[in-house]
Amino acid sequence: MGVAFLVLPLLGLLVRAPWSDLGPQLAQPQVGQALRLSLVSATLATVVSLVLGVPIAWVLARSTTRGRSVLRALVTVPLVLPPVVGGVALFLVLGRQGIVGRWLYETFDYTIPFTTTAVVVAETFVAMPFLVISVEGALRAADARFEDAAATLGADRWTTFRRVTLPLVAPGVAAGAVLCWARALGEFGATITFAGNFPGTTQTMPLAVYLALQSNPEGAIVLSLVLLFVSLATLLLLRDRWLGRSGVPS
Amino acid sequence: MRRALPAVAVAALLALTACAGSTPSDAAAPSSRDGELTGPLTVFAAASLTDVFTELGDQLQADNPGLQITFNFAGSSALATQITQGAPADVFASANQSQMTVVTDAGANAEDPTVFAENVLEIAVPPGNPGGITGLADFGDPDRTLAVCAPDVPCGAAAEQVFAAAGIIARPDTLEQDVRAALTKVELGEVDAALVYASDVQAAGDGVKGIPFPQAEEAVNEYPICTLRGAADPRAAQAFLDLVTSDAGQRALVAAGFRSPSS
Repeated sequence: MGVAFLVLPLLGLLVRAPWSDLGPQLAQPQVGQALRLSLVSATLATVVSLVLGVPIAWVLARSTTRGRSVLRALVTVPLVLPPVVGGVALFLVLGRQGIVGRWLYETFDYTIPFTTTAVVVAETFVAMPFLVISVEGALRAADARFEDAAATLGADRWTTFRRVTLPLVAPGVAAGAVLCWARALGEFGATITFAGNFPGTTQTMPLAVYLALQSNPEGAIVLSLVLLFVSLATLLLLRDRWLGRSGVPS
Repeated sequence: MRRALPAVAVAALLALTACAGSTPSDAAAPSSRDGELTGPLTVFAAASLTDVFTELGDQLQADNPGLQITFNFAGSSALATQITQGAPADVFASANQSQMTVVTDAGANAEDPTVFAENVLEIAVPPGNPGGITGLADFGDPDRTLAVCAPDVPCGAAAEQVFAAAGIIARPDTLEQDVRAALTKVELGEVDAALVYASDVQAAGDGVKGIPFPQAEEAVNEYPICTLRGAADPRAAQAFLDLVTSDAGQRALVAAGFRSPSS
């Protein structure tokens, strides 16, 4: 029942797809452009999320300060915020009239909105909580006594983190990164609000799908299928690579 | 039949409370004897008409206390789809001819549509005009931050027409998914200018400043209206249409930034 609920809409896409003129629809230059931009920006957003998110997860899992629950609530805000509101919030901070953005604009004549950077920022904002939550879960499940043992054997905190903690939670980090990447790939609301929509610089696949839906529903279905297949293929490939090599620590 | 009974009962009750003097047999009828309109009236109208139609609806309701007007404001294409799929509507007002054609092709209209208003594009700039925008030619400047609607949506198609007519190669930074999104970016001060409809500039009030331009005449958007075949009370539907096309209705539309039809 649950599986049917999740899978039937996808089958609906497959059934309604205009298979006969799939070729011409895919040959449009905008399709390749949007797909490339989607993959690049989602990957960059995942990298940024890893760099910024893993330390947050570590603080959430290991520290015992009172501010921890407040921090967790703040980190999960983008999960409950409608992405369009997230986009407006990003404007208010990083936009040309925003708190930080105004300074950037006046000092360096640099603006973030309507650039590929804005796409990565919007996707990171929405997707990073997924990574933080899964890495935090993995860190909690990992036995902290291994870290204590490493410390008693003379390893400093950074060595402990690098040599003991990270390998221990690698599957959790990988799962979080995949979740984060998938969320970034499908991001729509914050992106179209904060980054706008322009082919080649900010028009990702979900934006292209939405606009195609206005004038050419069949084209929209084709684009959806492309996004679906590329993301599924990537996820399956990564699953084999990562989980096949590192495995589950015993 | 059993399912229809509560609806009839409610309608009768509404009519009874509305015109207490009439006999029960009259009360069930959608309209009363002495010319005053009663009963429910459902109007499907383009989202851009929200303010002005709500105002006109209040007027009609004030003149006919027994009338219960319900509005469904949404994108014209969504409304046209709902009507052809059998949604119970009495009047349809579309923001363009093509969506009205969807309804008339399906034979859902009771009469030929009438054009009751026109809308033209206008340049919207943030208060104080920080980008120093003077006219449509500034949309060809790659150094300015500019928003235009995507060509897939009506305001974007109109924008392409005016740019072609003016011989300008537009250099926008973003192609917005609808006219409201383009306007929001002006209100936030994130773009120097956007191309939107004159009525949107009017609706935004002090948040944006409008700059009309002569080339807008190349893409005049016509708003047609018609009563629908399934209307519960054709007289009430016609009364609303008459109000929209009357002098008072036209004045309200002009105040909201629309124009009266030229022909």
